[in-house]
Amino acid sequence: MDFNWTKKDLLSLYDLSREEIVHILDTAEEFKKVSQRNVKKVPALRGKTVVNLFVEPSTRTRLSFELAEKRLSADVINVQADASSLRKGESLLDTVKNIRALQVDIVVMRHSAAGAPNFLSRELADCSIVNAGDGAHSHPTQALLDLFTMREKKGRIEGLNVAIIGDILHSRVARSNIWGLLKLGANVTISGPATLVPKEFEKIGVRVCRNLKDAVKDADVINLLRIQHERQRTEYFPGTGEYAKFYGINPDSMKYISPETLIMHPGPINRGVELDSAIADGPQSVILEQVTNGLAVRMAVLFLVAGALK
Amino acid sequence: MMMKKQNNWILSGARVIDPVNNIDEVRNVYIKDGIIVDEAAMQGVEAEELDLTGKVVAPGFIDVHVHLRQPGKVDAETVRTGTLAAAAGGFTTVVAMPNTSPVTDNAAQVQYIRELAERDGIVHVLPCGALSKGLAGEEMAPIGSLASAGVAALSDDGKCVQNHELMRHIVEYASNFDLPIMDHCENTALAAGGVIHEGYWSVLLGMKGQPSAAEELMISRNIMLARMTGCRIHMQHVSARESVALLRYARANGIPVTGEATPHHIALTDVEIKRFDTNYKMNPPLRSEDDRMAVIEGLQDGTLTIIATDHAPHTQTAKQVEFDYAPFGIIGLETAVPVTLTELVHKGYLTLPQLISKFTKGPAELLKRPIGSLSIGSAADVTVIDPEVEHTIDINSFYSKSRNTPFHGYQAKGWTAATFVDGVCVYSRLDEER
Repeated sequence: MDFNWTKKDLLSLYDLSREEIVHILDTAEEFKKVSQRNVKKVPALRGKTVVNLFVEPSTRTRLSFELAEKRLSADVINVQADASSLRKGESLLDTVKNIRALQVDIVVMRHSAAGAPNFLSRELADCSIVNAGDGAHSHPTQALLDLFTMREKKGRIEGLNVAIIGDILHSRVARSNIWGLLKLGANVTISGPATLVPKEFEKIGVRVCRNLKDAVKDADVINLLRIQHERQRTEYFPGTGEYAKFYGINPDSMKYISPETLIMHPGPINRGVELDSAIADGPQSVILEQVTNGLAVRMAVLFLVAGALK
Repeated sequence: MMMKKQNNWILSGARVIDPVNNIDEVRNVYIKDGIIVDEAAMQGVEAEELDLTGKVVAPGFIDVHVHLRQPGKVDAETVRTGTLAAAAGGFTTVVAMPNTSPVTDNAAQVQYIRELAERDGIVHVLPCGALSKGLAGEEMAPIGSLASAGVAALSDDGKCVQNHELMRHIVEYASNFDLPIMDHCENTALAAGGVIHEGYWSVLLGMKGQPSAAEELMISRNIMLARMTGCRIHMQHVSARESVALLRYARANGIPVTGEATPHHIALTDVEIKRFDTNYKMNPPLRSEDDRMAVIEGLQDGTLTIIATDHAPHTQTAKQVEFDYAPFGIIGLETAVPVTLTELVHKGYLTLPQLISKFTKGPAELLKRPIGSLSIGSAADVTVIDPEVEHTIDINSFYSKSRNTPFHGYQAKGWTAATFVDGVCVYSRLDEER
């Protein structure tokens, strides 16, 4: 690994080159080995302070980051606030000024507003910013762990047919996956209710499919997105029953899906809506391996950005 | 800024462009006691002669769409600072939008704004009254009383009356008082939650968009109401291609509608959003390159007769937040002339007389006021332009209290050189350029 990593922040896969993405995946492979050892902790970030600034609720991503930080021997502080209370009390800019005054090394940020980590990055020149998800904009470590899992299972990304199914419109996971997959040479197809699958993605080389069968029948990987019907302001489709019938992966759809196809999901799963329970737990599912790989990928990202901050 | 109480002038040697009177030639302009006069009237009058060779002398520019923020948000702008900015930008008349706090929806509030303008105004301030009480879109504002108190126009700017029947009645009722109705055209259900234009960039960035159809629907509504009632309706800040096409159709069919364009919709597109800089957040949002070109075409063929700034000051504290939470709006009074000269005249889309018409004749016709010309006997509101001088736009030079502009660092060709209000020179950079 003679690649020289220079970026102090990880904001979006849109900002990374193919080589940089591959370098993160290669580095994550080394960290995955660490997690398989008896002693799972390394001193890579000893003496460094990491703040997990979660301005939007999260359980899985925060746990994964926190464990990654602890396994790298960093000192960890968790700040959890919902956006509305932060807005009432302190502005993000004032939060930023406090972080600067405390000489923190890395801020891992989750926020409901797109671009909030970019704002942080502009204001904090001496600190690394890692985006743990901002609005519907970007969730780079989720996409990296998805790429890592695909590469590990299929041996490559280039030329793979990857279908992303569900609420693309509101999904930062979908956007980050699309950028990562396109940069690494995969063929990307998206599908779901037309209200949630914007045609504009065709302009960057994504295939938009109106029919689930066409979208998945030649797929090497199917990445399913969580449907959040209850949280939508207005109706994008008539209900979860109809969603499951037309866009859910169930034993019927498995008839035209190859037995070699990987089934992925960023979690948490709506069992019986976007994914049938038996398939989620079945032999083609790599959903829990994604969780394991998430740890390795986040260790790699933290290690690399901290190294770039000198 | 230099202020000269002197109000007898001979402006000589300049190219005089006065679209109302169809004048475009090198000649002298005479000002006596704050009034435009002919050469004969200057006999024996002591006046200062300014050699303006190479400059352009035009009627004072009119901005029909300005937020002065007073009362309510005086940390962002006041009548004083806003009209200083207007003078520095070449505007001699501004129409002050009613979405202050409290809202200009009653006669007492209009009176208060007029007193503020009288006391603090550097240029003429014309108050605009609300269409509906509290801008709530539910009950008609006391339009007759607003008219008697001296409003120049009516608008719910920032909001749009969604109830078509109420809008119909407002338009009809206001016609007895001959007040222009100006509308911020936005269907709120379609635009709800949208922070940028809905299109390629909103999809790629995962941000909630406002579709062009939200504007086009209300422009269509207003065209239909104007046709049905025969009353005039003006469309504020037209930003989308189909909006321009609808207006073009309506005007060709004799329907009494007009439209304005802003300098930012002429100069910028939504590609800028990818940096998440809140100085690019305004409503209507920056749209696509195709929309931008349609707005320019609308100015070229006369569909859009007015350029207005939608000067919307906000403090840095208000704007330095997450993009979703930032208020809409940018300032424009001090950048409109350099940006439009650069983007429209120097790039060959409009001639200088065409551009000046958008700042003078167009707004004066909308307001039905005897301003915007250099006619003998009219008040000596005059804007002097140096069309060739080049400067970089710098927020540190602004007279406005606010700094929220995307044009900081913009290389502009063509600037305001001096501004006269009632014959008083309220702004000049003639000395520094000499």
